[in-house]
Amino acid sequence: MSDLRDLYQEVILDHSKKPRNFGPLDHANHEAKGHNPLCGDRVTVFLDLAADGTVKDVHFQGSGCAISMASASLMTELVKGKTEAEARALFGKFHALVTGEEQPAGDVDGDDMDRLEPLTGVREFPMRVKCATLPWHTFIAALDEKRAPVVTE
Amino acid sequence: MSTQSSSASVLPNFDVEALRRDFPILAREINGKPLVFLDSAASAQKPRVVLESLRKTYEEEYANVHRGVYWLSATATKNYENVRKKLKVFFNAKDEREFVFTKGTTEGINLVAQSWGRAFLKAGDEVLITALEHHSNIVPWQMLRDQIGIKLVVAPINAQGELIWDEFQKLLSPRTKLVSVAQVSNALGTILPIDRIIKAGHAVGAKVLIDAAQGAPHMRADLQALDCDFYAFSGHKLYGPTGTGALWGKKALLDAMPPWQGGGDMIKSVTFEKTDYADVPAKFEAGTPNIADVIAMGAALDWLSALPWDAIEAHEADVLAYGTGLLRAIPGLRLIGDAKEKASVISFVLEGVHPHDIGTILDQEGVSVRAGNHCAEPVMEFFGVPGTARASIGMYSTRADMDALAAAIRKVQEIFA
Repeated sequence: MSDLRDLYQEVILDHSKKPRNFGPLDHANHEAKGHNPLCGDRVTVFLDLAADGTVKDVHFQGSGCAISMASASLMTELVKGKTEAEARALFGKFHALVTGEEQPAGDVDGDDMDRLEPLTGVREFPMRVKCATLPWHTFIAALDEKRAPVVTE
Repeated sequence: MSTQSSSASVLPNFDVEALRRDFPILAREINGKPLVFLDSAASAQKPRVVLESLRKTYEEEYANVHRGVYWLSATATKNYENVRKKLKVFFNAKDEREFVFTKGTTEGINLVAQSWGRAFLKAGDEVLITALEHHSNIVPWQMLRDQIGIKLVVAPINAQGELIWDEFQKLLSPRTKLVSVAQVSNALGTILPIDRIIKAGHAVGAKVLIDAAQGAPHMRADLQALDCDFYAFSGHKLYGPTGTGALWGKKALLDAMPPWQGGGDMIKSVTFEKTDYADVPAKFEAGTPNIADVIAMGAALDWLSALPWDAIEAHEADVLAYGTGLLRAIPGLRLIGDAKEKASVISFVLEGVHPHDIGTILDQEGVSVRAGNHCAEPVMEFFGVPGTARASIGMYSTRADMDALAAAIRKVQEIFA
């Protein structure tokens, strides 16, 4: 059972039962949908991104397993108030942490990483890594949305 | 809840423990717990005879079929073609040439859609399916609809997950050219009344295709008595290797159908101007087939034929009823699909717990179940759930497996309490 308690820590269960920043965001100017067809997890991320690239507000909505809902909930708490670059850097570190890949260069706030620590239990459950990363991928897609017209090569 | 001993079958004349010893994988452990395999609807485990057949083919009797004059090729060809004879006997068909080898049910249905459908259906013709179908009996018809303009009509189900017979009948008309239905729903386990469906379909002049992916492993079919027009099944759900299966069709229909893939083995003669196609079934089997796996499917059929099917069906019904009773008694558990006539499948959701989390925690207890939409998204939508956890049994499943399932579910509830 120790493995399971690593995966389903109290923080995870709490965030999945009582997700923070859940529901649509009226003043959102960016939005993206994420879907994991394997398990049916669906998440929509709403962003209010300031002109200077600061995440003024972020909400999410969707349905999915405890891991994906908790990850989305924690994510919204962590990226709010960050600049786009800071948020991306945090995802880079988090992604590396849960997939076991090499840590990307760059500094992130140690406290933020501590808060994401409960999600690292997915490392022992390869089928569940995508559950933890889906909200983040969707968040990045929402960030990228505005640039879509200009990055076309 | 029954307090009866659950370690063995409660039925006389059927020794499930002896049967289990034929399946080497059932002796293994998962996460330090004995394997409780409850995903036979996705794919069944393989008896030793199947593994032995694969070994024998590759070590002693392997060469390409239908080509060489040498002993190995002749032997492989004989072994391969013998499987058609075994299918004929196993399913009581008239003619072994009515079996086209496929890689599974999906390919069989696609073959009918692309060969028979494109040749004999036209815009406005209707294909009638049910709301219980697997994606493999939905998507091929949508592709055909987009190609030639047929209409796909869907017969509804009730809250128990049963076909609503009156509604089904109302949807039948002279425009209905094909009725294509599952014998057993993979997501819910509902057994469809295929005898009545076949008669009703024929009464309006439609052909009837039976998707027996989930039916064939649990009930013996007598194809001559059944009198459907097409019957598709998967070998890997019938205790044979993956990549095997067959489409059975009435000979006159298969004869009239054009080939759907071109290549070697499906021709009589080829010049750059013209090709004469081979007769059935070779016409539908272009390219080097799945030789060793088909031969091993034959070994599975031999093995299955020697088993007491009446006793197996009774055993499976007992395990299913026992497990359903156990799960029904768990507070917060909702059975999805509660048809009167069911086979193999218990689909369920737990209040406040996503099916994927159920699947992970059960796995830690050694219990393998499928979690998700089971390639039947419309069924999930009907019941208003994103997915379910699905326990599905095979002939080797036991009451003890059901006890382990129920205990593991309680563990899920402890964690999520």
